[in-house]
Amino acid sequence: MLADRDRIFTNLYGFQPWGITHAMQRGDWVDTRALMAMGQDAIIAAVKESGLRGRGGAGFPTGMKWSFMPKEPKPDRPSFLVVNADESEPGSCKDREIIRHEPHKLIEGALLAGYAMRARAAYIYIRGEYIREAEVLFAAVEEAYAKGFLGRNACGSGYEFDVFVHRGAGAYICGEETAMIESLEGKKGQPRLKPPFPAGAGLYGCPTTVNNVESIAVVPTILRRGADWFAGIGRPNNSGTKLFQISGHVNRPCVVEEAMSIPFRTLIEEHCGGIRGGWDNLLAVIPGGSSVPLVPAEQIIDCPMDFDALKELKSGLGTAAVIVMDKSTDIVKAIARLSYFYKHESCGQCTPCREGTGWMWRVMERLVTGDAEPHEIDLLLDVTTQVEGHTICALGDAAAWPIQGLIRHFRPEIERRIARRKGFVAMPEALPQAAE
Amino acid sequence: MPKVTVDGIEVEVPAGATVMQACEMAGKEIPRFCYHERLSIAGNCRMCLVEVSPGPPKPQASCALPAAEGQVITTTSEKVRKAREGVMEFLLINHPLDCPICDQGGECDLQDQAMAYGRGYSRFAENKRAVTEKYMGPLVKTVMTRCIHCTRCVRFAEEVAGVEEIGALFRGENMQITSYLEQAVTSEVSGNIIDLCPVGALTAKPTAFTARPWELTRTDTIDAMDAVGSNTVAHSRSGTVIRITPRVNDDVNEEWISDIARFGVDGLRERRLDRPWVRVDGRLREASWAAAFASIAARAEGVPGERVAALVGPMAALEEMVALRDLLTGLGASRIECRLDGSAVGEAPFADRSHWRFNTTLAGLEQADSILLVGSAIRHDAPLVMTRIRKAVRAGAELFVIGEERELGAPATFLGDDLSALAALPEAFLRAERPAALVESRNARAEVLAAVAALPLVREGWNGFNLLHTDASRVGALELGLVVPGGLSALAADPPELLFLLGVDEIDLAPFAGAFKVYLGSHGDRGAAAADVILPAAAWLEKPGTFVNMEGRVQRSLRAVFPPGDAREDWTILRALADRLGVRLPYDDLATLRRRIAHEWPQLGAEGLAPAPWVAPDVAGFGAPSGPTVRRSAGFYTATPILRASPTMAACVAEIVEGRKPQLLEAAA
Amino acid sequence: MSDFRDFRWTPENAREAERIIARYPKGREASAIMPLLWLAQNQMRDETGIAWLPLPVIEYVAAQIGMPKIRALEVATFYTMYNLKPIGRFHVQVCGTTPCWLRGSDEVFRACFDRGLKKGETTPDGLFTLSEVECLGACANAPVMQVNDDNYEDLSYETTLAVLDALAAGRTPKPGSQIGRTASCPEGGPTTLKELA
Repeated sequence: MLADRDRIFTNLYGFQPWGITHAMQRGDWVDTRALMAMGQDAIIAAVKESGLRGRGGAGFPTGMKWSFMPKEPKPDRPSFLVVNADESEPGSCKDREIIRHEPHKLIEGALLAGYAMRARAAYIYIRGEYIREAEVLFAAVEEAYAKGFLGRNACGSGYEFDVFVHRGAGAYICGEETAMIESLEGKKGQPRLKPPFPAGAGLYGCPTTVNNVESIAVVPTILRRGADWFAGIGRPNNSGTKLFQISGHVNRPCVVEEAMSIPFRTLIEEHCGGIRGGWDNLLAVIPGGSSVPLVPAEQIIDCPMDFDALKELKSGLGTAAVIVMDKSTDIVKAIARLSYFYKHESCGQCTPCREGTGWMWRVMERLVTGDAEPHEIDLLLDVTTQVEGHTICALGDAAAWPIQGLIRHFRPEIERRIARRKGFVAMPEALPQAAE
Repeated sequence: MPKVTVDGIEVEVPAGATVMQACEMAGKEIPRFCYHERLSIAGNCRMCLVEVSPGPPKPQASCALPAAEGQVITTTSEKVRKAREGVMEFLLINHPLDCPICDQGGECDLQDQAMAYGRGYSRFAENKRAVTEKYMGPLVKTVMTRCIHCTRCVRFAEEVAGVEEIGALFRGENMQITSYLEQAVTSEVSGNIIDLCPVGALTAKPTAFTARPWELTRTDTIDAMDAVGSNTVAHSRSGTVIRITPRVNDDVNEEWISDIARFGVDGLRERRLDRPWVRVDGRLREASWAAAFASIAARAEGVPGERVAALVGPMAALEEMVALRDLLTGLGASRIECRLDGSAVGEAPFADRSHWRFNTTLAGLEQADSILLVGSAIRHDAPLVMTRIRKAVRAGAELFVIGEERELGAPATFLGDDLSALAALPEAFLRAERPAALVESRNARAEVLAAVAALPLVREGWNGFNLLHTDASRVGALELGLVVPGGLSALAADPPELLFLLGVDEIDLAPFAGAFKVYLGSHGDRGAAAADVILPAAAWLEKPGTFVNMEGRVQRSLRAVFPPGDAREDWTILRALADRLGVRLPYDDLATLRRRIAHEWPQLGAEGLAPAPWVAPDVAGFGAPSGPTVRRSAGFYTATPILRASPTMAACVAEIVEGRKPQLLEAAA
Repeated sequence: MSDFRDFRWTPENAREAERIIARYPKGREASAIMPLLWLAQNQMRDETGIAWLPLPVIEYVAAQIGMPKIRALEVATFYTMYNLKPIGRFHVQVCGTTPCWLRGSDEVFRACFDRGLKKGETTPDGLFTLSEVECLGACANAPVMQVNDDNYEDLSYETTLAVLDALAAGRTPKPGSQIGRTASCPEGGPTTLKELA
């Protein structure tokens, strides 16, 4: 369990005001200029050494991502940092807490990250539904400008850096980095083809890095406390602290900052008051947000909550949005509702996702009631593989994986429903053989 | 020049090529729906997936992936086969499969590729999606349930047509292609989206439910509705041209045609002159060929050559112009005029071939880095030149316009509607490396030509002096020298007694009220109404004809169908009439006539573009032009007698120009 | 303002629109379409009591930044939060996605239904429009509903009724957790950094 002194987000729940005076008392914006004086490459090196992996779900090493940006941007092609605050993955609600209670960690992080990657400005893209959160963010940015922390001579460093806030308007897909860039350019949020990657041609065709809110907000503390400190938390290759968001059937759902690789059982026991109805009542867990396959109780209970361990379970850490389901859950319906989500959020651009998400959801709805033929389970599985890996962005994969996880672990339950619907409830162990 | 391996075949591809192009170079067919070589890459249909290593383990969209040195590309693996089969299935699950009642049948990419790459049966047990039809105007019929959302039409409208009026609304499976508020698309090239649509979502409204492609006879023709010389195919059945589609020619029309070229063709069936007419006691009466000829012969008797003249209209082919010229020469006459729009080109000092040509060439215009339009009617005069300009502008060229401010579908700087602006052009134009000026023919007065010729447009390897003609006949006529000093006004000041009108309908014939007028043409329009004798002739698709486009490019059009009734090919009428008038024309068949043309005008004897080196005109002594530009008087959809006879074009005027919705919609509203 | 063709920014919003456009580089005014649509929808709410975007308003916004109308309409129809049809005074958006569903969003809906709200419809008095929305990003406080600009969290059948009744009575119920939690802190107090609470 993480010691309190190692927690980055000391005002996660907003027990104290978010404003800049209190934020500075908590250590934000304290001699930021000195951090910048480390030099751009040294900041990137420190983030690399810290082992920070992107907190938006994919887990790509953050420092390495920054190093793809041009070292000397051309005057007519400035570089941009885009901060992904479009937190929309079902189960995820951590960036919201950072934005409304610790906005200055994010803004300071944006300056440091933007400076390190030689960006001219940062755009923070916040989801449209975060209305009050956006109000805080706008106000916090104003505060930072008023203090001279942003603008022409950010923090007295001589570096010019602006931070702008851009509100979304209801589209999960804008959390995909190139869709976010399209949306920022005033278009529909439809993901772009890659290559070119954003670091080569992103926002307005200029070099761009898109980072998650949490990835950016932890940077000032990493630089202040040193890469070794951050790297020392969690298992190798899975270092640092992490905001876990526990929802569903636990006694006390919450968002909490913990060490990476904390065992699932410890996480739930320490912070959530255990599973509703006790550990024996645990059915399955979606450990990283709706996009990752579910993991049955017996596999997850003692699993370290990190990228590599969950990957071994054919699932993933994702955004560390832990959706817990007890034995009262209609597991098929739980996944069918996610299928509806992906159908609703498909941008419609490319064929497999536009057509496949609707097909998969409709079959799933029938599987909930058992109104299907047994062979349709395999048909559905086949359709998921026709979507997976064939789309422009990862939404197709995200729509396919929960269903694959369900069939992998709960196929008998689906078959039972089909059989019950057909009236074969009391099927004998072996059917009588027809006479030759 | 990266080397890649496609299914074991090593190919070297040009730098910047895509994996799809590499596959094609290796002789591999890659199925696709959204990809089109003349549009931006969307990569959305996912049909062109192939395996590429090195790269991610999943198949890649070959249309969008750059080919790189050492790539190993697989197009035949089980993974690729399965990926294509999957995409095909997804495209079909919500497709209505109403092929028996779909006009795309027989030329449908979805049908063809389903046969080649699909499963052959459906596993989809849910209800299919239905999408309401979208009104897009009188030309494009929509059945949007068939749409596969490839967005070719959206990209075409924005990138080629320059009208951002088509878009994809909503998202996910509810995404719908539509024009803005279901208004008629206001593009002059909108019909091309019918060809681009890989399925039956967008089909030709005027020919809905008329014919199957395999019933139609295809004939290679040249469009005569403007001076671009678009290469076309006329599709006919039982002696009727059903439709016209473009033929690819990268030098001329790429693979587009204008809406008048495509849809004006139903005018061939209306208001036709299908027998000779002779004016008796002030009224036109039907007559036999012999009687018509006799009437002309009687009137021509004793008229001296200098009292005989001829005018040449916009759609005449080279053959009849030569026959007309030969007839007049035989009558001792020399006054033939083709410039019905006030153009001064063709007369000294602008009498060299390089003065009436589009010297950059159409394709070469894309290389211009600064373009000046003298007159702003280009979208109507030559829509396909405007598409070239759009390409140049997208590549960075600046566009300047002297003339009335109009929406050109490309960003432009308007310099005012006063030709004096020619004396004060922006530095950006004067200092450009490859500047091009396009002078509208109707604005090509001598002082305008002089002012433009004095601009620094010509240099080693570049000639930016361009005449923008509108008449398909014009450059050919100028090459034949069908010019009267002083032009139409000189002719009107000294009117002839006997006047031949070769398809002349666009000018006021009042100055020639005293002349005996012989009209040779296809449609009962203004010229025929004013004539004393009408000789029914063939329209452009009804005869083999040679057309010289605005570049000076010689192109041959074949006969798709025969002219109706007693109408005959123009040159044969003139040949027979000459006989009756005692003039012997030395050709009895087309081949001999063409040999005669090739002998006297070698540059017109063979298809292609003969060079015309720039001869700088002596422009001394001309005053500076001033005053407003001459506006185009004809509407886009009503510019020629054939278009004016076309029911489809009438619908275009009603629904696009006047903005009225068709009656059915009004009734439903 | 019957057909909204005379929609114009208020002087204050005209200045705000200029500030919004200035956030983006020159020549990239199209980027401002989303915030400008927001501004317009909010102005509609202030002026008419209904937050929505009639077509002439979308066209007005598009014209200001030189964007083709069809492109603006594409944007307006792609994002779910631009209301293209009039809605009630209170837009009750109940999250129905799995994390909320696991915690009882069906009960929240039942409460709404029991007060006469129907999904996708506006109540006859014009007060409420009920929408089922996708994840609102407050999963640790599920089930959640958003009413206009505020979230109501940790809902039950009873507390949902209480919120709706308060709104109908013209009162503003306290947003946030309806069981007295502070943000997403575990119920009963924090398990970390207890001295700062």
